[in-house]
Amino acid sequence: MKASRLIIDTRVRLGPFEHRAELDLPLSGLTALFGASGAGKSTLVNLVAGLLRPDSGRIVVGDTVFFDSQRGVDLPVHRRELGVVFQDARLFPHLDVRDNLLYGWRRAGERTRSPVATLDSVVPLLGLEPLLDRKPHTLSGGERQRVAFGRALLAQPSLLLMDEPLASLDAARKAELLPCIERLRDEFGLPILYVSHSVDEVLRLATSLVLFDQGRVSAAGPLAEVLEHPAAAALSEAGALVFGRVESVAAGDEAGRIACDGFTLKVPALDLPEGSAVRVRIPAREVALSLQDPGPISISNRIEGVIERIEAPTHPQGPARVRVRVGSETVLAAAITPDSVRRLALEPGVRCWCLVKAVALDRSALALARGLAAYSTSTAPSGREPEAPGRR
Amino acid sequence: MLSALELEALRLSLQVAAVAVACSLPVAIAVAWLLARGRFPGRVLLDTVVHLPLVLPPVVIGYFLLLLFGTRGPLGGWLAETFGLRLIFTRWGAALAAAVMAFPLMVRAIRLALESVDRGLEAAARTLGASRFDVFRSITLPLMLPGIVSGAIVAFAAALGDFGATITFVGNVQGETQTLSLAIYSLAQSPDGDAAALRLVVLSLVIAVAALAASEALARRVQRQLGRA
Repeated sequence: MKASRLIIDTRVRLGPFEHRAELDLPLSGLTALFGASGAGKSTLVNLVAGLLRPDSGRIVVGDTVFFDSQRGVDLPVHRRELGVVFQDARLFPHLDVRDNLLYGWRRAGERTRSPVATLDSVVPLLGLEPLLDRKPHTLSGGERQRVAFGRALLAQPSLLLMDEPLASLDAARKAELLPCIERLRDEFGLPILYVSHSVDEVLRLATSLVLFDQGRVSAAGPLAEVLEHPAAAALSEAGALVFGRVESVAAGDEAGRIACDGFTLKVPALDLPEGSAVRVRIPAREVALSLQDPGPISISNRIEGVIERIEAPTHPQGPARVRVRVGSETVLAAAITPDSVRRLALEPGVRCWCLVKAVALDRSALALARGLAAYSTSTAPSGREPEAPGRR
Repeated sequence: MLSALELEALRLSLQVAAVAVACSLPVAIAVAWLLARGRFPGRVLLDTVVHLPLVLPPVVIGYFLLLLFGTRGPLGGWLAETFGLRLIFTRWGAALAAAVMAFPLMVRAIRLALESVDRGLEAAARTLGASRFDVFRSITLPLMLPGIVSGAIVAFAAALGDFGATITFVGNVQGETQTLSLAIYSLAQSPDGDAAALRLVVLSLVIAVAALAASEALARRVQRQLGRA
């Protein structure tokens, strides 16, 4: 069976800039479009949604040609069968929450016969029961965005576009909505294009990644692969992403354990079931280095490895970054002062221990990797698969 | 309380103004849409023509109407031949004169409302499967409603009060085209009509205040519907 794909090959001139997108992605999982503001991520969403018309090129989603300048195809916005979530929720102010949710559903026609999502499935998933009879202006920012998620899903889309859906929310609301997006990704099996300039969101949610820079795609592919790309510096600088499987959840005083690529991570309380595939983000700032096993100290994660590379500070007061290979597929990053690098005489090839406090790996550093696992087994090179516990 | 003559003038005024507003409202919405959203060569010209009644003396507008819709005018002749409809010296003509005079006010209010509708909401509706007309009907029009209501009420008040265009176009025929304003004018001209004129002035005041109050109440209700109050 040929996997369906999202093919974009467009040019559009926007004032002095030319936006050039060239992408061929599997239509599955959550594809994050990452880049600085103005890099052309939202433009891509508008092109796919049909809200912006390319000067030339082609956009194909699965079996449907959305746009083809050579064949003169330009499918109208309302026939593209998409769900779009905007940064500002864009709820219709004159309709209550229920009518907002059903706006797309009532126009989905035949597609509601074998629905992707129904009111009965979406409302509990997004916690909308108490909101149904309220008007949008009485809702908080987070509530509005949840309604917007539900409205987009109920339109029975074949592809969900999310344009910085969390960017206008405070940290607490973001934390509340991130699990919602994980659920959309995992439970409805809908492919999602997700625009973001937030490192947190990308590392937590993405299964594949497209990097944008100045109106051009600078790298695209499965998450782990693109993170290795030099253009992903902004993402990989923040730390390492480690894939593993929950071995045991915390019980009493015991820490939770996550089996990774040849080592085990201890983490505080876990609310994820044993055996679930997870991704753990280990921020470079939370990693210290020791040249010998440090003996009796409280830090519970001590991971032995070999220094692969040392990156000089990117700005005068910044830390140096030491990349330490700790497993066949895993490189951790440690942010330490240039002074420490000199003191310990660190250089590539030196054996050292990476020290990470378990409390640094709280729930916000952990994310389900189910979507990623599904993605990896079908399309990624086998070496990128999340570690199975048996391989330890 | 009111004399038969007064009642007749009142009823005629309300009738003329109501017909004027009801018939011109759809046209005003269409013109407002063209002016706010349309991109066509004659847009500035259309804008100017719509605003003429606001800047020209009413008598001039009445005279234009006479030229166009008089029995020998190009439109008047055609209307009379095809529909047997005579505008000159009739209440239908009075309604037309009132509608033309009130038209720019109505278009301005509706256009303002249309321009304040968030295009983002319309784009969102399009992505949810609504065609352009469906978006207009289900999103744009309801969001414009406060502007439409206030435009209609301002136009109603203006239609009620027109004098110059009406008297020029359809004359001052008691029981057919003699609205409140025209009746006040006639009474003020006659030697012992002062008291009667004053009664009609008070009546006009009452109508004006009532219309204002009604528009306020209506506007507040619509705003509440839209969740802005």
